[in-house]
Amino acid sequence: MGLAGYLVVSALLFSIGAFGFLARRNAILMLICIELMLNSVNLSLVAFNAYAGPGETAGAIFALMVMAVAAAEATVGLALVIAIIRSRQTPEVDAYSDLKE
Amino acid sequence: MLAIGVVGGGLAVVTLRNIIHSAIAMMVCFGSLAGMYLLLGAGIVAAAQVLIYLGAISVLILFAIMLTQAGDANVPAPFHRQVWLAAIVALVTVGIIGWVALTTDWGAAASATALVLDKVASLIFTDYALPLEILSLLLLAAIIGAIFLARRPEEDERAN
Repeated sequence: MGLAGYLVVSALLFSIGAFGFLARRNAILMLICIELMLNSVNLSLVAFNAYAGPGETAGAIFALMVMAVAAAEATVGLALVIAIIRSRQTPEVDAYSDLKE
Repeated sequence: MLAIGVVGGGLAVVTLRNIIHSAIAMMVCFGSLAGMYLLLGAGIVAAAQVLIYLGAISVLILFAIMLTQAGDANVPAPFHRQVWLAAIVALVTVGIIGWVALTTDWGAAASATALVLDKVASLIFTDYALPLEILSLLLLAAIIGAIFLARRPEEDERAN
């Protein structure tokens, strides 16, 4: 499996995450789908880094930083979701539509 | 094999009805991704993937699910009405990215080369020192923000 194979796996994972984010109704599951999309980007970064030639490190360092940002995003996102589920008593995002007013 | 784990795990995440099963499938997906990083010779990224995603984020998400599930976890309709629109968007996305990935000449090396760990370690603390400090500040802000957001309102009243 060459570079293109890894990129195709990454594209598949990204589109699965995008589909889940758009189609699922559960707020926590939407956060999981965001994590899937971030992971697919990480995979393509590491794959590009590995095939860029010996001695290249920038892609892997970017991937590590994306992981740290993803951890921060998951923390704040889950705190927000838990707070809103506590006030609305439901994890379904359809029930949050009055937030736009 | 690992690719099947990654893509199958991802598909299971978005299609399974029970959200606990989705979280388990997410862990399978992340574990297979760590294996792919090892195949690409990036051991440090694989270790970080196992520690951060399999260790921390999965447990955080499982805790959040268990805190918020009341009674049975099965909901009758997991999808929105716009599920077909979402499927079309996802297919177009994978089509465009896959087409670009397969038809572009990346000028890539013939095989994957392993990451030089010494170089990563020294670069993080020299060339990438400023992003590292910004990241630490971001994580601190995220911790404080999460504590603030997840606090129950009545605790404030008791404190006053």
